[in-house]
Amino acid sequence: METALAILVGLLVAASVYLMLGRNVLRFLFGLVLLSNAANLTIFAAGRLTRAAPPLIPEGLAAPADLVANALPQALILTAIVIGFGLLAFTLVLVYRAYLALGTLNSDRMRYAEPHLDDDPKTMSQPEQQAS
Amino acid sequence: MSWYLTLPIVIPLATAILVALQRSGAAAGRWLSVGGSFLLLAAAVALVAQVWRHGVIVAQMGSWAAPFGITLVADLLSAAMVAITAIIGLAVAIYALADIDARREALGYHTLYQVLLAGVCGAFLTGDIFNLYVWFEVMLIASFGLMVLGGDKAQLDGGIKYIALNLVSTVLFLSGIGLLYGLTGTLNMADLHLAVREVEQTGLVTVVAVFFMVAFGIKAAVFPLFFWLPASYHTPPVAVSAIFAGLLTKVGVYALIRVFSLIFTQDIGYTHALLLAVAGLTMVTGVLGAAAQDGFRKVLSFHIVSQIGYMIMGLALFTPLALVGAVFYLVHHIIVKANLFLVSGVANRLTGSFELARIGGLYKSAPLLAVLFLVPALSLAGIPPLSGFWAKFLLVKASLDIGAYMIAATALVVGLLTVYSMTKVWAEAFWKPHPAGTAPVMVLLDQRERLALLLPIAALAALTVAIGLFPEPFVAFAERAAGQLLDPTAYVRAVLGDVR
Repeated sequence: METALAILVGLLVAASVYLMLGRNVLRFLFGLVLLSNAANLTIFAAGRLTRAAPPLIPEGLAAPADLVANALPQALILTAIVIGFGLLAFTLVLVYRAYLALGTLNSDRMRYAEPHLDDDPKTMSQPEQQAS
Repeated sequence: MSWYLTLPIVIPLATAILVALQRSGAAAGRWLSVGGSFLLLAAAVALVAQVWRHGVIVAQMGSWAAPFGITLVADLLSAAMVAITAIIGLAVAIYALADIDARREALGYHTLYQVLLAGVCGAFLTGDIFNLYVWFEVMLIASFGLMVLGGDKAQLDGGIKYIALNLVSTVLFLSGIGLLYGLTGTLNMADLHLAVREVEQTGLVTVVAVFFMVAFGIKAAVFPLFFWLPASYHTPPVAVSAIFAGLLTKVGVYALIRVFSLIFTQDIGYTHALLLAVAGLTMVTGVLGAAAQDGFRKVLSFHIVSQIGYMIMGLALFTPLALVGAVFYLVHHIIVKANLFLVSGVANRLTGSFELARIGGLYKSAPLLAVLFLVPALSLAGIPPLSGFWAKFLLVKASLDIGAYMIAATALVVGLLTVYSMTKVWAEAFWKPHPAGTAPVMVLLDQRERLALLLPIAALAALTVAIGLFPEPFVAFAERAAGQLLDPTAYVRAVLGDVR
């Protein structure tokens, strides 16, 4: 099972790196979604995969009777999912706003903050003629 | 529970809530922000005094015993970082009175600002590596908001680059935590200090260490990973730039120092040698990048990168004196760098631009501002009676002591190039006459604005001079802080009790 998960994480990371290396900011964002899921799976696998009982303590006992699953990695992943969801939602809105304001999703053409010396500020962020 | 540890986090969070409850755009919000920052400073001073007197102090949240619950812990480095955060936080909150426009205030500037301070303080005070991740996120989301608040085109453009790379760093940090937990079964940093030594596959520990190095390296803006910084730091309002420049990358440096002195010391020959190479390259590329820039804030942004190199150098050499230098440099740099950004904002208000080619004549028409620029600028370059000289002196001495001549030479040459850069800014913005022939005069600002803008600058400049003229108490403080870093037994015992 660990091997399968490790291969899955590897595939996710490979796909996300491929997406993130593209010029389109939206693709970068999708890559990031995959990457954060790969990280969550990594935590899950690193916390050991067992076929154990849920970590519940029976009434009257101070400790669980049998071997139970480790709840901590799952708590970590839940936290990470919530935080990641918030950040990605924010970033998605930001990318949309940037598209409206700058007229492009091509990161090569986003030169407002760092204009090239030979860029003409008037023509810099005109919307692209044809969406590619 | 120790209030000394919780107050620096609770005060800014409470202030943020109070500010958010105000009618949007009401003047009460900005004064609440100043008041909250003032209280934070008081709490931070109390914390430093407490740690100085009683050593490392610890609070277990919810009374869950140490390796299982979340621990807040302050050694001298943490306390000093909280104090410097409070100082810069107050200075920038006052500056923001005159710098942040009504539109940004109505959009929630002050709330985000206080949340940012809470996140930074939380990151300095936590003793749990996953909790550190959470505070990083609090800080990040607030900084994302501040970075793009207002929605100027340049802000959105810079913001995307800033956010994209910081999110990658976050994911790497998270993966590192997961793997480290898999190896050791604990998340408490003091417990990790012990547990990492018991891991048999030391190679794996080093791999995880590199995960953390890259993640914090992106946050700290070190050599191959710094490109988000000069792409974004010159785009938001000056108050935002200043707090970012002062604090955010330094949280990354703090995290590097903490992790590579407390947890990953099992293979210093590899990790710290790597850090040393990175430090040298960071210094050089930062200062060369600055030399090529022609915007006031762009020059300063590249200098942040260059200066980060010095702090990493102190960590990488990992001798007592080098760590003293790193701690001293950290504190000195935060004050000086935030102050330079604040000065750049006033220069922009008086002359109408950040582009060095389009401004000038400030020396003649605003001599006070010129002096207030010279103090942090010369300090940054390391001119003798100022704080930067002692910081550089300690680091160069430390490297010469152990025969690291290459890095010592690099540090000295980069210092020289910093002088060149600061001279360029001085000549362009202050000495040269204004290209449009107009004399930029202070009277452009009304009395209230002048006070709000110049008071924090003057206070921070005075602090720089004070550290420069009376360095002994600060060096003594840094020595004790470095001692705690090099020998973390006191830290570990304070957190875990005498269990082991």
